[in-house]
Order: sequence, then structure tokens, then C-alpha cells
Amino acid sequence: MRAAPIRRSFVQAVMEAWSGGAGLLLPVGFFSGTAMLVPFALGSAPDVLSDIGPGMLWLALALASLVTLERVFQADLHDGALDLWVQEPAAISLVALTKTLAHWSVSGLPLVLLTPLYGLMFQVPPETTLPAMAAFGLGGLTFFLWGGVAAALSASVARGGLLIALLALPLYLPTLIFGGLTVKTGFEDSAFLFLLASTLFALGVAPPAMGAALRLAAD
Amino acid sequence: MQGHGLGAVRGERILFSGLNFTLGAGELVALRGVNGAGKTTLLRQLAGLSQPQAGRVDRAGRHHWISHNNGLKAHETPRRHLMHWARVWGSSAGIDEVLTMLRLKRPADVPCSLLSAGQKRRTALGRLLLEVRPVWLLDEPFNALDAEGQAWLGTLMTDHCARGGAIVAALHAAAPITPVREFTL
Amino acid sequence: MGHMWSVLANPHRFLGFSRYAVPSAYSLGLILFAWSLYQALWRVPPDEFQGGDIMRGMFVHVPSAWLCMGLYLGLAVASFVWFIWRHELADVAARAIAPVGAAYTALCLATGSVWGKATWGTWWLWDDPRIMSVLVLFFLFLGYMALRAALETRQSAARAGAILAMIGAVNVPLIKFSVDIWASLHQGPSVIRAEGPALAAVYLHPLLIGFLGQGLLVSAMVLTLMRAEIFSQQADRLMARRLGGG
Repeated sequence: MRAAPIRRSFVQAVMEAWSGGAGLLLPVGFFSGTAMLVPFALGSAPDVLSDIGPGMLWLALALASLVTLERVFQADLHDGALDLWVQEPAAISLVALTKTLAHWSVSGLPLVLLTPLYGLMFQVPPETTLPAMAAFGLGGLTFFLWGGVAAALSASVARGGLLIALLALPLYLPTLIFGGLTVKTGFEDSAFLFLLASTLFALGVAPPAMGAALRLAAD
Repeated sequence: MQGHGLGAVRGERILFSGLNFTLGAGELVALRGVNGAGKTTLLRQLAGLSQPQAGRVDRAGRHHWISHNNGLKAHETPRRHLMHWARVWGSSAGIDEVLTMLRLKRPADVPCSLLSAGQKRRTALGRLLLEVRPVWLLDEPFNALDAEGQAWLGTLMTDHCARGGAIVAALHAAAPITPVREFTL
Repeated sequence: MGHMWSVLANPHRFLGFSRYAVPSAYSLGLILFAWSLYQALWRVPPDEFQGGDIMRGMFVHVPSAWLCMGLYLGLAVASFVWFIWRHELADVAARAIAPVGAAYTALCLATGSVWGKATWGTWWLWDDPRIMSVLVLFFLFLGYMALRAALETRQSAARAGAILAMIGAVNVPLIKFSVDIWASLHQGPSVIRAEGPALAAVYLHPLLIGFLGQGLLVSAMVLTLMRAEIFSQQADRLMARRLGGG
């Protein structure tokens, strides 16, 4: 199989995400805005912040995945691009995976890169920064994969946003648990391995499900 | 391309059943029928987008698919759209020549969200020129085109059939082209 | 078994079979359920270790927890059968199982909550892995129903529902494992393990009979909904023919 279709679908999706969301400004603004509200909602005592901060960022990441993915496959369905992709000999599952990765790299990856900054703001001990970045990276990727399945299933639903959340959130639970533990315990603990395993599991299972759902949406 | 005993159901309503369809080289078949008769559904089954509820479709070679929503992304310009699919298909067609033929030289770098319906339709039709494929499946291809565009597309379709290609198109009776055969649903 | 399945996969045969199966399952289920309730409420001695008289709720709660798992398994199997072999009846079954499953998970959470209040002193405990697993099942059932309701045609609802149910089913073990890990970190020593020592036979028999009774009632409910679905499909077809659509 040729690599060009996969490469092109990645480029197209990144450009779509970039142009639709004012580039990196939107995700960075989203995460920073969420972070800014936390001290005002929950108190600014340093020990409270370092307890609550990572959890808030997990929620922000989960919300970012849901909000971003709502439009991804729906737009493809409405502008007719989905028809063209489904007819390609390149497996639609791979194209869907590529698109999901592209949107994660625009809307999920910024949180990973900004983690040291948020760590400072939330009085998180510096030695947990690296595990936190790894956890947000893997966890965010898993959120986007399961969110992508939910989004592909509801692509033909006119106002699919709430439906996507209802379908995807139960599937986010293991990642949230293992990811939250990884931020606390670091790489030494088995939680990181479980997080890695659940990400690999999602990488294996989610793409065929997205492919089947997109074929259905195009039908 | 052949369809054997095709059937389609929407909800509980049977659109068509036991439908046999043959398309030979050089043929231009016009699909006719009232709104809701299943023209688009039949085209989508021939294209492999819809699973027939009954029967099967045999295809020889690849086809081009032009639907009423053109397949353009809002952020793409006509040039980017054509370049994108040329690269996906590994086609070496000259994008500038294609844009000239489509008379899209001037708006070639304007995002599709700002183009008129006719310009969007021309951009989508440009995909037909990127790669030679024996079968074209067109859903109301003349929609949104001006008189000059309609004449150009008519010639393009006739030429394709003259070279041994085949076309199935959902067409209004007013379309400026004479089909070889009509197929009424 | 294969032969029986193919016989029942025919809607007409199914209607004929279920016409007698539904009332029998309802009556037998009610009798067994009533007997187990009678045993539970008046006959068996209260177990002080399980919180005294409140443990009598176990005879409703524990079977409902087992049935929740069973119903989701049933949904996943029916979805799989439909997805691979396109047996129409499998989709009818999947569609019928979902609301019963949602109701049963809700029942399980409610009875568990009452029991929890008596034994743990709180209505709700985020650290209990069983509560969390059933809660996730509840959301999986709700999501399945919401997705089906949102899609326009019966065919697309069936396909999307099948994909979702299978994805949910492969995730359930992972979810179960993760909430177990979560609970093992949070559970304090003061929390009473609900299993306690191995169950005495005097409790086990009413429990198993009660499970059988509730299982029969659940099957009867699912079969009833399946019959209703088949009738409504037939009605839709008649209506379409009247309107001249096919």
C-alpha cells in the first residue's frame, strides 16, 4: 500500500484543524483559561492547588478531545470528503487514525508542552513534571482515540456533541485512573505501564471501529 | 460495470428491488426519476458507498465520483484541493493546466468557503481531469454551472465516452447533453 | 443448538414460540421470585455481620448485579451475531435488552445504595469497585439507547449500535480492572467487605432461586419488548405499503 494517501490525510487534517481553530492559539487559550478558573473556584492554598491542579488538567484534556472531535467527521460527511476517502483503496481505518492523530497533535499535544508551566502555577513538585507530561501525552492520545470512535458513530447526528460525550466518557475511565496515578507515582509504579497498555489497546481497537462507523456514516 | 438484483430500503420504504443494471464501454446512461425515486442511492451503490440491501455490484477498474456536495474542505483553495487528490492518487497531471481548463485561474488561491457554488462545482469536476478512470459516476453534474460551464462539461462527457469511457449520471431532462440510454427509476 | 437458532431467527417462528414462552416465564419467574422474597424476609435469620436485617435486601440486590453483567453480555453477543450474520432477530434482541439493562443497573445501584447506607453509613462510595463497575454499565446502556434513538433509520441504528456495544464489551474488562486498582488504593480498613465469610447454605438457596426467578422475569421482559418491536416493524411495513412506497 502506498504511503501518500495516509500522509496527505494527515496534512489535510492538520490544516483543517489549524485553520478552523486559529492555529495553536485556541487550544492554548482553552487550557490556560481552564487553568485560570481553578484557583478561583477551589481556593488558592498551595496544597489544595497541587492536589487539584492535575485533575483539572485531565478534565480540560477530556473536554478538549470531545469539543474538537465533534466537528471532525461531521464536517467530512457534510462537505463530501468522507465519500472520497471511503472510496480510497487505503483502509479507511488508517485514514481515520491519521485524522485523529492530526487533531490530537493540534489540540492535545499543546497541553503536554505547557505542562511545566502549569506545574509552576499549581505548585506541583518539579520531579513529577516529566511523568505528568508522559501521562498527559499518552492519556490525551487515548482520549482522542475513544472520542474519535464516539464522534464517528455520531457523525450523522445533527447535534452530536452531547451524544459523543455520553458515548465516550465511560471509555475514558481507565485512562483517567491510570493517568492520574502516573502523575502521582511517576514511572516507578506499575500505573505507568497500565497507562501505556491501555493506550496500545486503544490504538489497536479504536481504528477499526472508527473505520466501520465511518463506512456506516457514508452509507 | 454491472449491478445484479440491486435493492434499496430507506426506513421501511422500498426504493427499488430486483434492479439489474449494465454499463458498457462508450455508454452514457442518464438516470431519470422523480425526486426521491432513488437515483442518488443507486449511484452510491454503484460507487460502493452504500451497501445494497440486496444484490451485488461488479466493478472493473476505478471510477470518479462527483456528488452534490463537492468534497471540498472549507479551508482548501481550488489549487490545494486538486493538488491534494493528485498526490493521494499519485497522479502527475499539471495542476495549472487543469485550473486553466476549468477557468479557475483567477480564484485558484481563494479558500473554498469564499467561492460561488459554480466555482466549487468546477473545482470538484477538476478531479475528473486528474486521473484517467474508465467510469464516471455523476450526481446532477450540471447543477450550479453557468451556460459556458454546462457546454464545457457536455463536451467533456461526450469526449470521455468517445474515448471508450462510460458515464452514469443522474440528469434532469433539461441537461444539455443527449444520453445514449435512459434508465428510469 | 445451531438448528434451534436458525429456527428462532425466523420472526414468525419467534412470534409463535414467544407467545407461549412469555406468559410461562412471567408466571414461573414470579413464583420463584416470590418464594425467595418470602424466604428472605421471614425465614432466614438475620446476619449481624452484614448489618442485621438490612442484609435481607441482598436477595434482590445480588441477583440484580449478576443480571446487569449478564444483560450487557447478552447485548454484546446479540450485536456480534447481528454484525457478522445479519440475523434481523439478533438486532431486535439487542434493541430490547438495552432498556431492561438500564433499568436493572439502576435497580442494582439503588438497592446497593440502601444497603451501603446501612453497612457503610453512606449512600454512595466512590471507592467501591462494584458500584463503579455497575455505574459504568449503566452509562454504557444509556449511551447505546441514546445512539440508537439519535440515528434516523433502523438499519443505521442497528449498525451503529452493534459497533458501540462491541467496543463497550471489549472495554468492560479494562474498566473493571482499572476501578479495582483505584479501589485498592483508596479503600480504608474500616470498610466492611460485603462478601464477608463464605455464604451459608441457608442464604445460598433462596439467593439462587431468587436469581433464577429474576432471570426468568428479565427474559420475559426482553421477549415482550422483542415481540413489540417485531409488531411495530410489521405495522411500519404495512403503513409504507399503504402510502405506496413499496
